[in-house]
Amino acid sequence: MTARRRRHIGSHLLLIAFSALMLYPVVWWIGASLKTTAELGSPSLFPAVPQWSNFTEGWFAIPKFSFTHFYLNTFKLILGVLLTTLVSTSLVAYAFARLDFPLRNFWFAIVLVTLMLPSQVTLVPQYVLFHTFGWVNTYWPFYMPHALAGGIGGSFFIYLLVQFIRGIPRELDESAKMDGCTQFGIYWRIVLPLTKPALVTVFIYCFLWNWDDFFGQMIYINSVDKYTVQLALRMFIDTQSASAWGQLLAMSLVSIVPAVVVFLSAQRYFVEGIATTGIKG
Amino acid sequence: MSTPAVEAPVKHRAIRQYFRRWEHPFVGYAFLSPWLIGFFALTLGPMIMSVYYAFTDYSLLEKANWVGSSNFSRILFNDSTFKKSLQVTLLFVAFSVPLKLMFALAVAMLLNKELRGMSLYRLFIYFPSLIGASLAVAVLWQRIWSRDGFINEILGMLGIQGLNWVNEPRTALGTLVILVVWQFGSSMVIFLAGLKQIPRDYYEASSVDGAGKVRQFFMITLPLLSPIILFNLVLQTINSFQMFTQAFIITEGGPMQSTYMYTLYLYDRAFGRLQMGYASALAWIMLVVIAAATALIFLSSKFWVFYENEGRKAK
Repeated sequence: MTARRRRHIGSHLLLIAFSALMLYPVVWWIGASLKTTAELGSPSLFPAVPQWSNFTEGWFAIPKFSFTHFYLNTFKLILGVLLTTLVSTSLVAYAFARLDFPLRNFWFAIVLVTLMLPSQVTLVPQYVLFHTFGWVNTYWPFYMPHALAGGIGGSFFIYLLVQFIRGIPRELDESAKMDGCTQFGIYWRIVLPLTKPALVTVFIYCFLWNWDDFFGQMIYINSVDKYTVQLALRMFIDTQSASAWGQLLAMSLVSIVPAVVVFLSAQRYFVEGIATTGIKG
Repeated sequence: MSTPAVEAPVKHRAIRQYFRRWEHPFVGYAFLSPWLIGFFALTLGPMIMSVYYAFTDYSLLEKANWVGSSNFSRILFNDSTFKKSLQVTLLFVAFSVPLKLMFALAVAMLLNKELRGMSLYRLFIYFPSLIGASLAVAVLWQRIWSRDGFINEILGMLGIQGLNWVNEPRTALGTLVILVVWQFGSSMVIFLAGLKQIPRDYYEASSVDGAGKVRQFFMITLPLLSPIILFNLVLQTINSFQMFTQAFIITEGGPMQSTYMYTLYLYDRAFGRLQMGYASALAWIMLVVIAAATALIFLSSKFWVFYENEGRKAK
């Protein structure tokens, strides 16, 4: 018993040390966001006098638009992407997991192939397509692919939801069918509520990946009034140069807060969703 | 004359019943339609167009002219930047993927214990992966590894003279490798799920037979986990080839093109110089390289991936 306990203490110490190592850069980041530029080179983690002005001044550092504007833009983009993704991928996943139709396995194999297809191959023609539609500098190049169960992570979400829905007992469908429920009714009233953990997983990934999708935002959005947070940060880097490191680090730090909040609030579902899907395959 | 009048409702009912039939293909395709339209309009169509563009000098602003295979021959035989960026990318993949997976596996094993507070540790360790792909972390990383960043502070305390890591051709790529290795979280979660599926009896039985921890790792854990290692290896390899944001922000491909990733080059050709034809050709070459790497991994897997129901290779 004592030997076992001692082993436990050893494991705890190891884990604490390792967690500290992993999180050290983040802790340093928090400290640095409160430092003056001169203090950034000093070895102490936190400054003697915290410069809260890094946050307030950084927020308004870009002329004409404050970060409030960029956050609202980003949320507008992400909200549309999330809604379209959840609807489209769950419909498609329901078809693959529950319905029988010709070429089903063929199409599912195609989904798995597109899962591995590097986006660079379709990048140029997609850009040309959206360019001809006049969609450059709008959010349509983000909404439309997601509404068609594509976009960032689309195939992955279909796969994840299919795996999850396959795990839901079919008896429920059968009894609903006896009671005269339509296919859409079964999808909407039976399968979808039970798929909640996987849908939350899709929600989190979709949020995180689109929040971080700097490349797509960079090529499609080019006027400052439509800029997202990522693009605003990029602009910040380019315009402020060496003088405003504290402000830049402060604004960068704020930019990860939404992702962290979303992740933490849905983490319970996330683990559940991950544990029951995909990985077995 | 009355026969058709009688038949019509029957026919109608038949049609209605046909469409109401439970497992009618129409229903399946209706549910599938978003993806199907997306596949043709945004994946297959663009892929075909991309092949076409690759054989033209299309520039977005002017009409495309057929130039045969000259894009490809220029890239392969007469483009030193292509060679350099491919080298850099291969080097990056070759270092970052194995390191990341080794880390992920080691930490997954550490976390695969029944301890109090485990979910908290898991969260802490996963945290960098959660935020890792963002531009914000690239900013942080650039700062950490700069001349007066904290890496040099720590080295200074140990009496070592630090470098300007991100501006040094020898070390710049290394900082990017460390950045992505730091984000081993998603591979780790997958390993952890795999480890939890290995029956405990295997370990108990083997320790009764006198097998030590190391032996157990090589004889039980590694073979039983090998399908998951393969899965992670393929996933991470494909991802690594596509790394963009960090190299674009932290080092901007420099110094002296030492971090000039393939994706950066592609971006420059497509959106910097608007050479859509040339960029399409580059994209197809990239696809071939990634496919070749993946195929190599799958071919080699015959020798190291163990499937439980395929006989008793491990014993």
